[in-house]
Amino acid sequence: MAVPDVAVAQVDEGFWTRTRKMGAVLLALGVISTVLFGALATDQQARFTLSETEGGAALEINGTIGAILFGVITAAAGAALLAGVPKRWLTVLLGVGLVGFVLSFLCWQVSAAPEGRNFMPMVNMVRGTFILALPLIFGALAGVLCERSGVVNVAIEGQLLMGAFSGALFGSLSGSVWVGLVAAAIGGAFISLLLAVFAIRYLVDQVVMGIVLNLLAVGVTGFLYERLMQTDAQKYNSAPRFGTWEIPLLSDIPVLGPALFRSNLFLYLGLLLVLVIHIALFRTRWGLRTRAVGEHPTAADTLGVKVLRVRYRNVLLAGVVAGIGGASYTLALYSFTKNMIGGKGFIALAALIFGRWSPTGALLAALFFGFADQLGTYLGAIGSGIPSQFLAMLPYLATMLAVAGLVGRVRAPAADGKPYIKG
Amino acid sequence: MEPGEIHALLGENGAGKSTLMNVLYGLYHPDEGEILVDGAPLRLKGPSDAIAAGIGMVHQHFMLVPVFTVAENVMLGAEQVRGGIAGFLDRRRARREVAEVSQRYNLRVDPDAVIEDLPVGIQQRVEIVKALTRDVDLLILDEPTAVLTPQETEELLAVMRSLKAAGKSIVFITHKLGEVKAIADRITVIRRGRTVGTASPTASRDELASLMVGRSVRLTVDKQPAAAGRPILEVAGLVVDDDRQVRAVDGVDLTVHAGEVLGVAGVQGNGQTELIEAIMGLRPVLAGTVTLDGEQVNGWSTKKVLRAGVGYVPEDRSVDGLVKEFSVAENLVLDIYDRPPFGRGLSLQPDAIASSARERIAQFDVRTPSADAPVGTLSGGNQQKVIVARELSRPLKLFIAAQPTRGVDVGSIEFIHSRVIRERDVGTAVLVVSSELDEVIGLADRIAVMYRGRVIGIVGPDTPREEIGLLMAGITPDAAPAAESAVGAASPAPKAQRRAPDAATPAPVGPGSEDET
Repeated sequence: MAVPDVAVAQVDEGFWTRTRKMGAVLLALGVISTVLFGALATDQQARFTLSETEGGAALEINGTIGAILFGVITAAAGAALLAGVPKRWLTVLLGVGLVGFVLSFLCWQVSAAPEGRNFMPMVNMVRGTFILALPLIFGALAGVLCERSGVVNVAIEGQLLMGAFSGALFGSLSGSVWVGLVAAAIGGAFISLLLAVFAIRYLVDQVVMGIVLNLLAVGVTGFLYERLMQTDAQKYNSAPRFGTWEIPLLSDIPVLGPALFRSNLFLYLGLLLVLVIHIALFRTRWGLRTRAVGEHPTAADTLGVKVLRVRYRNVLLAGVVAGIGGASYTLALYSFTKNMIGGKGFIALAALIFGRWSPTGALLAALFFGFADQLGTYLGAIGSGIPSQFLAMLPYLATMLAVAGLVGRVRAPAADGKPYIKG
Repeated sequence: MEPGEIHALLGENGAGKSTLMNVLYGLYHPDEGEILVDGAPLRLKGPSDAIAAGIGMVHQHFMLVPVFTVAENVMLGAEQVRGGIAGFLDRRRARREVAEVSQRYNLRVDPDAVIEDLPVGIQQRVEIVKALTRDVDLLILDEPTAVLTPQETEELLAVMRSLKAAGKSIVFITHKLGEVKAIADRITVIRRGRTVGTASPTASRDELASLMVGRSVRLTVDKQPAAAGRPILEVAGLVVDDDRQVRAVDGVDLTVHAGEVLGVAGVQGNGQTELIEAIMGLRPVLAGTVTLDGEQVNGWSTKKVLRAGVGYVPEDRSVDGLVKEFSVAENLVLDIYDRPPFGRGLSLQPDAIASSARERIAQFDVRTPSADAPVGTLSGGNQQKVIVARELSRPLKLFIAAQPTRGVDVGSIEFIHSRVIRERDVGTAVLVVSSELDEVIGLADRIAVMYRGRVIGIVGPDTPREEIGLLMAGITPDAAPAAESAVGAASPAPKAQRRAPDAATPAPVGPGSEDET
């Protein structure tokens, strides 16, 4: 009733604003990389070749100089933030700082690698990053579709797995990649249908339901794999694969061309979906209604938007996208094996959160996770002393920091996970 | 309803005003009866049917998506799109529409502002714009002034007048008499889900108030004059924020003496709740001190405050007073279950708990099938008696009762009142907070009136109701005459008129009394 005319008390952040805290962290990283990486790096040239092999054109830098130079760049970015530059510079400087840190680290690692292996083939790195990120991209997009309408999708893992399985099975039976692709989409949608019915119609807790569905997918596909696929792998588990489609002109771009544009359907589809879903979500009627339903379903309802219908549709769409993501394994890379998704669905969930529930954010997060993964593989190959498990840990660490609000404000759709009951 | 009419729907909280309007807007479905528009019956399957029939509604809790812009909120559900099946939003057109409507009715809003950054008054304006872009003829405003500052209320009334001039009909739901008299063409009064009368805005406040709450019953409490002793509770310069970090208690000084009842009167939401919670250690004290019998207690835990001899009846018994699923007996020892004879070491003593419960049930006349019945199955009055019994079973220095008889039947009210007075007579200091003025007048030996987080005056219980009412509206005696004249006339000094709407609120008399029987 009577609202006191005293203004809301201002929270005084004092000197240690968020920008400054980030600056301090970057500065510390910069100093560490300058001193430590600089000391550990050798005088050898660190070669970053622009091809898949040792030969050809390359970017080269003296290991010690590189490690120190990039470390200093990181430190400088941190110092600038700490000195109190305007907030809009935060993202740019943060990016520069982190890239500098990674490069400093690479200069050390590459220059310290044994003779004959002291180079980094950029094409392989980029391609590997995208390949490893691909299931995450599909999975995170499935999460975006679902959660933007207010249904938590923990079942991404199950959707991917079911897509991979039915893609392999029906692709093998029919001998057609396209039949396999459609079957994969239906397989993912089937898990989604269960999620939708139980979460929307029967108001079961969405997180619990998601976990149950993941277990169901592992159980069902595992059972059918052992009892069906293994009895006659030739018949049931030898799906045809999508070949490499080279895109003219684009494939001639140095590094990116061979890495990205001599690839299979799934990579193109994944990137296209990011674009399409991003535009649809923020520029179309469907997107506006989806977001309204995910933020304030009652408001949408009072304006005649059919809340439950929007949610059903989006959850099913999410299943289709994730199902296709699962097929990016079985219809392009490997034959089906038990539990072959192996937790990628959960990393996709992390990418969704790290990417702040936006399609482009999810893409960047997925690429970051994919790069961490690829780097681990590379370091193993050059015989680095850094255990690959350490790098495999990075995605989770980054997600924890993101969720804790250390990397900008992360806010889920307000009605995410809350069932809508009319009246 | 006639075109171009402002029809006020007046009624107490819970009288059924909002429910009626939600039916009219298609959100709820009627069990019986029908709605006629231009003589033809209207069947509403949902809000979209209501919108199609030209009915718009501004809900008490705004139906706006906080992270959307004004234009996005306005177009939602009725989007203008381009590009066929793809359905690209035509934002430019939406923006233009918002600008047009806001210009035509003089409702200034920025179409690109994000809702959560806007003050409440502007958000409400967006709601009205939203309805107007849908070409409604009838606009329902559900308690629109409840969340507004007096200035914003004044602006809203001006908007309503311009809508009326444009031929729109308005249903204006409220329980504030001043606003009704200022703007309505016709008044319908609702009580307990029934229409109890219609009136014209020239009807006096008393007529409207008595229609609204039924014949007023003055609760009389038999008591002797107080024999006030030494000060027990002393509150000095207390400052407390509410949950939204808005200042709720803004420098309150109070003293309660042993053997007296201090009543705190005031329109709800003027800081009474936060004051009590701060005394009890349930809410951080930002400044000032709370002293209990010479000892400073602010900063103490609630448990420590209770153990120091404070009894506390919280204002919302179902949330703060009882554990509904627990039995009557368990609820009776919630405060001292860990002390002998009820608890020893790690274990409870069921026999001691049961026998003390039986005693207390008899003593406080709790009507329950057994001491083991879940307390949630009891009637409101009996639940309240369980709380009172629990709190009065300890030796007390101070007894705090917030809304002690809200939603309680007449028999229990009398009983609870007599126990409060009995507690006073044994020398306990008593602090009673109630939004029902009659209760405060009946119980208190001194009355402190709170307005906007301050104690605006302390008066005796034989002060005329009207004077206390004006205090509750923030009008101190010397300013009173100006405000009185403001209510009837159309355009006196702006400052006085701003206050007029609030001045109406204290008039309602206790709703619990007669109707409960």
